Amino acid sequence: MTDHITISAETPWYDLFSRGSRDWLRHNEKVREAVQQNLPNLVAGPDVITGSQDRTVQVPVHLLEHARFRLADSSQQSYTSAGQGQGKPGDVLRQAQPDMGGDEGEGGNNDGEVKLLLEFKVDDIIDWLWEELQLPDLQPKRNTAITDDEYVREGWDKHGARARLDRRRTVKEAVKRRATQEKTQENPVPFTNEDLRFKQLVQRRKPATNAVVIFALDVSASMTDAERKLAKSFFFFVLQGIRRRYGKVETRFIAHTTQAWEFSESEFFNVSGTGGTGASTAFKLALELVETEYDPSQYNGYLFYASDGENFTEDRAAATEYLAKLGKLLNYIGYVETVPGSPRTSETEMKMLCGEVERTGAPIGSSILTRHEDVWKAIRKFFVQQQSE
Amino acid sequence: MCTTTNSAEAIEQLKQYSSQIEKLARDLGLDYYPVDFEVVPNNFMMEIAVYGLPVRMHHWSFGVRYIHQLIRQGMGHSRIFEVMFPGDPCRAYLVNGNTLPENTLVTAHVLGHADFAKNNHLFAQFMEMAGGHILEQAAARAHRIETAIQEYGQERVEAVLDAALALEPHIDINRELHRPLYPTQVPKAEPEPEPDHFQKRFRMLPGEKMALDGQPVAKRASIPPQPEYDLLWFIAHYAPELEDWERDIFLAVREESFYFYPVFACQIMNEGWASYWHARLLREADFLPHDLYLSAIKAHSDVVRPYAAERQLALAVNPYHLGFSMWEDIIEKHGLEAARRIVKEEDDFGFVRNYLTKELIEKLELFVYEARDDGDIRISENNVHAVHEAILAPKFNYGAPRIAANHLHVDGSLQLVHDHQSDGRGVDLSRAERVLEYIGRVWRRPVTLHTVGERGEARVVTSKRL
Repeated sequence: MTDHITISAETPWYDLFSRGSRDWLRHNEKVREAVQQNLPNLVAGPDVITGSQDRTVQVPVHLLEHARFRLADSSQQSYTSAGQGQGKPGDVLRQAQPDMGGDEGEGGNNDGEVKLLLEFKVDDIIDWLWEELQLPDLQPKRNTAITDDEYVREGWDKHGARARLDRRRTVKEAVKRRATQEKTQENPVPFTNEDLRFKQLVQRRKPATNAVVIFALDVSASMTDAERKLAKSFFFFVLQGIRRRYGKVETRFIAHTTQAWEFSESEFFNVSGTGGTGASTAFKLALELVETEYDPSQYNGYLFYASDGENFTEDRAAATEYLAKLGKLLNYIGYVETVPGSPRTSETEMKMLCGEVERTGAPIGSSILTRHEDVWKAIRKFFVQQQSE
Repeated sequence: MCTTTNSAEAIEQLKQYSSQIEKLARDLGLDYYPVDFEVVPNNFMMEIAVYGLPVRMHHWSFGVRYIHQLIRQGMGHSRIFEVMFPGDPCRAYLVNGNTLPENTLVTAHVLGHADFAKNNHLFAQFMEMAGGHILEQAAARAHRIETAIQEYGQERVEAVLDAALALEPHIDINRELHRPLYPTQVPKAEPEPEPDHFQKRFRMLPGEKMALDGQPVAKRASIPPQPEYDLLWFIAHYAPELEDWERDIFLAVREESFYFYPVFACQIMNEGWASYWHARLLREADFLPHDLYLSAIKAHSDVVRPYAAERQLALAVNPYHLGFSMWEDIIEKHGLEAARRIVKEEDDFGFVRNYLTKELIEKLELFVYEARDDGDIRISENNVHAVHEAILAPKFNYGAPRIAANHLHVDGSLQLVHDHQSDGRGVDLSRAERVLEYIGRVWRRPVTLHTVGERGEARVVTSKRL
């Protein structure tokens, strides 16, 4: 009788490819697309800011489900199925678990569920956001007539500084020469001076793309942690948006109570002061900065100010005056009022003040942040408004 | 002894044992097409299990299954011993990481499957319709789909696969694999029989003559003429703007679905039969070294057991254990000949309903349990009928809701209808909406599904506008 079975084990190529991992990667790609579409909601979480140091954020997402027709889970009938083991009708196999509430129950329900931790580059997120929110790119000031000089590479030459030697091109030349010489010569010289090629630089003029962003924050006693967090989120994304447009962005940070100080970025969000609120001090300091260090004809200037809306009434005149002056020098001024929880019913001192300045035609806008979702609304509003200014 | 089956010696040993086992199997009357075994690395085995075929088309949903399987294996919850593809020849895969005793056991197990696949009517019927080379065909189709990706782009091919694979179980297994299209015209009515005396007089009444004359000779048939449950076939042939390569994909998925059906519908019988034979072949294989036999039998009892070792109870029924116990019972009571007849004629429905007796249910301690909303799980009953139906419930209609194409509107839009009465409730609406979206992308016209909501009220799900 002949053997009807064969056994072979010569399959060295099986290890070489994996369809499973290729499809898994494709799945992840789709997740990324899906995440991208939901980005404003996803990134609204506060963890984005904490992840900003290494320029990536991690977003936990569910695996995609390939949908099929399925019978509905019936709430009317209970689920029945077959099992095996000792027991008689009426035996309780598992007691209903008293609802522990909170995380405990959650963990039980999602038992065995696989979650994916996707890492995104902050830059990518910002790009997607701009697409998603259909935000216009910032407009540099039209009257920035001053232009910078810039060197760009253009062309080659046989002479030049050693530092600008173009190795690739030099080798190419040498190869060409040797190819022709080989017919006549036994061993052509590897390189000759004739082979050398150098990159050339030319001077070009380009429009100024400098920007300065001044962040001002009210750090008086009335600002709570939640309010600072909202302000921080907003500042972070606004800055990303501005960075998208300008080649060189400088940032300055001003905190104020009844006095104003300049801080470094790392200190800025940790500062807390005591006492009352006098916004004019911050505006005055910003104005000084702009006037002394950032010539409006060379810099696109932005000021973003966050506060809880309170301001001393006796400060009103001074604050209005400085704001109006700033409005003439800067591209745009944004004011966000951080009010975690329910929005206030009456208009705050600061909002009123901004409204007043806005009516004089200054490029200023204000927005209220109560929840993280509002950050996107505010950013959208500012960028759209800035466009139309 | 318990090393992996990686080395040349181990393979040689396995070859020797399996050829002896094969001789024994023939002597015991097993009847099968040739089986090609291949010893493969574990990761390849896992992919075969995930894709359902050794070489199959790419789709992201397989990637999700793959990662789940990878995690289960990583946690030690799942181990794959064997995958067998019926055909002529059959193809079986063994894992080189498993031990020689385990692989010896698996070889015997596969012979049981091979015997089942040659003799069972469902398997035989498929083979008659599609031939014995489905694996090669599937690989060729996978290759064609790969070419399509290059030609039409990932997005478009994926859209077609999203729809086709979502409808995978929606075939009509009572119809042939290769079906003619619907007749385009309603067949002419039979020539009327010579009118009898009453009708002659009746027609002479005023007005009756005219009504008869107005009848057209033949009219255009409506599509489909009756509700069509083979959605893959229907969409492949009647979608208004389907391109040829898209139709190819639908028919590929459909043919593979026909191929998987016998395995699905006979799981308990088939696994039980294979387990019965691996146990018997090993028992009677006196040429095996004693310690190899012991290790192999240990592996047998790990696979064919009702619940995990540390448990006393399981909220599921292990098909290996159930099938194995049933075949032992049948062969003990009625003999091997009767068992072979059952292999030939039944599928799991007939097998469980006819041969899972009250005594066996009591012996195996099978029961029906009820998981209530409040989280209580209790044993509700253990009478014969209830146990049968609880075991078979997930197998109805290929495990999917009964959904038929019902009407093709003049504007090309498609109406699907869910036979909620036989399913007992409606479909999951949010999933249905997404499936309709998949279908809508290939149908390119609106698609609606009529089903019922939670309280039995009529619900219509519509594909989102594209």
